[in-house]
Amino acid sequence: MRRQALDIFVNRIASHHELQQSEDLRTFCQADEETMERARSQETGIFKKKPADLMQIFKDVQSRVSDVVLGKEKPVEESNPEYEKMKHYIFELENHLAEAQKHAYRLVKRHRELGQSLSDFGKAVKILGACEGNGLGKAFSELGTKSELISIKLQKEAHHLLMNFEEPLKDYVRAVQSIKATIAERANAFRLQCELAETIKLKEINLDKLMLTRSDRVGEAEIEYKELKAESEEATKRFETIVRLMNEEIVRFQEQKTLDMGLAFHEFAKGQARLANGIADAWRSLIPKLESCSSA
Amino acid sequence: MMGYENQGYEEAHLYASREEMETLVLDEPSNGHHLSDHRSIVSLHEAHHTLSPPAAVISAVDDPLVSSSSSSSVDHQNPNLPFNSFLEPPSYADVIFNSFDESNGDTNGHESPKSLPRSASSNSDYLNISVTEPYREQEMSNSLVPGGNTYVTYLITTRTNLPEFGGPGSEFSVRRRFKDVVTLSDRLSESYRGFFIPVRPDKSVVESQVMQKEEFVEQRRSALEKYLRRLAGHPMIKKSEELRVFLRVEGKLPLPRSTDVASRMLDGAVKLPKQLFGESVAPANPQEVMQPAKGGRDLLRIFKELKQAVSNDWGGSKPPVVEEDKEFLERKDKLMEFEQQLSNVSQQAESLVKAQQDIGETMGELGLAFVKLTKFETEEALYNSQRVRAADMKNLATASVKASRLYRELNAQTVKHLDTLHEYLGVMLAVNSAFSDRASALLTVQTLLSELSSLHTRIEKLEAASSKIFGGDRSRIRKIEELKETLKVSEDAKTCAVREYEQIKENNRNELERLDKERHDDFLSMLKGFVVNQAGYAEKMANVWEKVAEETSGYAKDGS
Repeated sequence: MRRQALDIFVNRIASHHELQQSEDLRTFCQADEETMERARSQETGIFKKKPADLMQIFKDVQSRVSDVVLGKEKPVEESNPEYEKMKHYIFELENHLAEAQKHAYRLVKRHRELGQSLSDFGKAVKILGACEGNGLGKAFSELGTKSELISIKLQKEAHHLLMNFEEPLKDYVRAVQSIKATIAERANAFRLQCELAETIKLKEINLDKLMLTRSDRVGEAEIEYKELKAESEEATKRFETIVRLMNEEIVRFQEQKTLDMGLAFHEFAKGQARLANGIADAWRSLIPKLESCSSA
Repeated sequence: MMGYENQGYEEAHLYASREEMETLVLDEPSNGHHLSDHRSIVSLHEAHHTLSPPAAVISAVDDPLVSSSSSSSVDHQNPNLPFNSFLEPPSYADVIFNSFDESNGDTNGHESPKSLPRSASSNSDYLNISVTEPYREQEMSNSLVPGGNTYVTYLITTRTNLPEFGGPGSEFSVRRRFKDVVTLSDRLSESYRGFFIPVRPDKSVVESQVMQKEEFVEQRRSALEKYLRRLAGHPMIKKSEELRVFLRVEGKLPLPRSTDVASRMLDGAVKLPKQLFGESVAPANPQEVMQPAKGGRDLLRIFKELKQAVSNDWGGSKPPVVEEDKEFLERKDKLMEFEQQLSNVSQQAESLVKAQQDIGETMGELGLAFVKLTKFETEEALYNSQRVRAADMKNLATASVKASRLYRELNAQTVKHLDTLHEYLGVMLAVNSAFSDRASALLTVQTLLSELSSLHTRIEKLEAASSKIFGGDRSRIRKIEELKETLKVSEDAKTCAVREYEQIKENNRNELERLDKERHDDFLSMLKGFVVNQAGYAEKMANVWEKVAEETSGYAKDGS
């Protein structure tokens, strides 16, 4: 039973066009006893493993085989922990920035709304003052006028906020989005490179076979092989360029953004301080007038 | 963009703090025109959000950003613990302007009894009332509804030094239900016609069904307290027998209950046939004319006055006496105009308060977003530029959160000041009521004069007719005697009515004087308080932002 199963097993592997290339299989079939002993005694290597593990390997191979057969190839990705971290950072950053930008935009709106309501309030108070008459009426009118004045300040600040704070934040978001696009490009480049590399390997083996059998298709195959080789080299170069550029750009990006944001924050704070001071001054100028009203 | 919001807040780290920030943000006045006081807003809002009691909420606001807990593990309640060192705890002492707020001598003191900003008058008399301890009680009498009816009573505590109540240092309590308050209000309206009597809280039957029980009871308790304090603030009414009895007498309220319209009409309808068919033609009691026809049982009188009113408006001839007081008419017109504008300003004030609340909220949300960003950049920092940026963001976030807090406090004070507008809308209701007292008293006088005039005419006619018959016409003579009797009673009634009318006019006049003065003081106080408040908080905010501007001045382009 075991002999039969093993027979089937080995032949199956041997007949799979990818797995038949596997080094391990070749060793298994061809290696002399000496080499085999060495392999068995190695710490690593599949021949060290216990039969139970062999079953696991068989299962893994089986799943990979079925994947290939079903066309469900897992996407090839870089397994670079640093790069992973950076990708995660970029995606998270976009979320945070988008939220901040949203609130910044809302804040602009709120300034406009407050300005509008102060203006309406001022108008209504002025009319009330007109029908009141005497000292109190005057006080109302003054208040109304001041309200309208402050409303204008608020509208101005809203615009300033939009231009000098919300816009830079939007820029920041856009920059992050463009980095995301680059990430996608890099993934594509990597995948292409991998695919080409694999195809080349297969072509190589094929070429060897043809050469061994002295087939008349050797010439054709050789040309194909050379073309593929060139493509692969290009793809690799392209990928490496992207990686290099990304690494450079990230540093520059961080530095630039610190400057940009620093300026944006400065403008924001300046604008708010200016607005607040303007408001305080405007209201304060009313106080002596109100005082004189009460003594009247 | 919407997706990010959900994502951001579903992370829930700062969800607690956002909610907590919102609970101290003022709820917009949602029931009509209420700029109700801060305390009731907070309690209302809590009922909405079913959060823990006030004390816990107020202290919890400090939690996310200020807590000095030394725990190093980040739990969901205090995700910003690492930021303790960044944000100083707010010193409320230097944020609340006790010195600025002249009108509210006791900014923190929600126990202050003043409903209007006018401080206690120069004399040392006081009559302080508080309404507390709502209690659900069972209806004792047999009710048709099995299981009985429940009603709520309130503890009314009075502290006073007025002699009418027992001299200095008196303090006493009674339990009253809302129906008692209605009775008090009705009896006062009868006794003090022509005065600007503060209007009692609504019965609001619908609201009592719709709102949560505790919320409704609390709202009513607060409204009752305000009402009683206003009554106590009225120079005439605070000395009234009705109020004294209401505040002092324990057990059942010894004031005659008001009857509902249906029973009155029923009573009136019983008497009507007798009235119409001549058996009792004149009002049995001349004193009845002291009260308006509408609230009474004398249907005939109601009809007569209605007829008079119609003839006033549509009849060809001028009514026997009219409102001639030009000064009064001028003042009345002015007041009506004032009322309209006041209503408008009150609406705009509500919008203003809402806008202030909104900007404070958004500022806070912006701050929190930057807090999250700061945390993120700090954790993920690979480059120094990130650390620098994180530090800048921290400053901005801190300032934003501070500013948000300042807006919140500003708004709380604004609401208190602008509440005067709402108060005076209530006063205008009282004024209108007093003016209609005057109008109905005038109508009574006019009706009686018309009646007298027609009686005289009838008597003359009868006398003329009977004089033609030699020896006298027994039936006519009898009729004339009857009419002369009626005439005498009507004359008495007319005298009463005229006296009443003149009294009401006098009351109106005095009250108008009082109103003008108080209005002037109250509104001036409101304006001052509002302006000082705005200036003060604007200054505080300027300081906060100037600091950040300074810290980031390195980034500024040259010359800016």
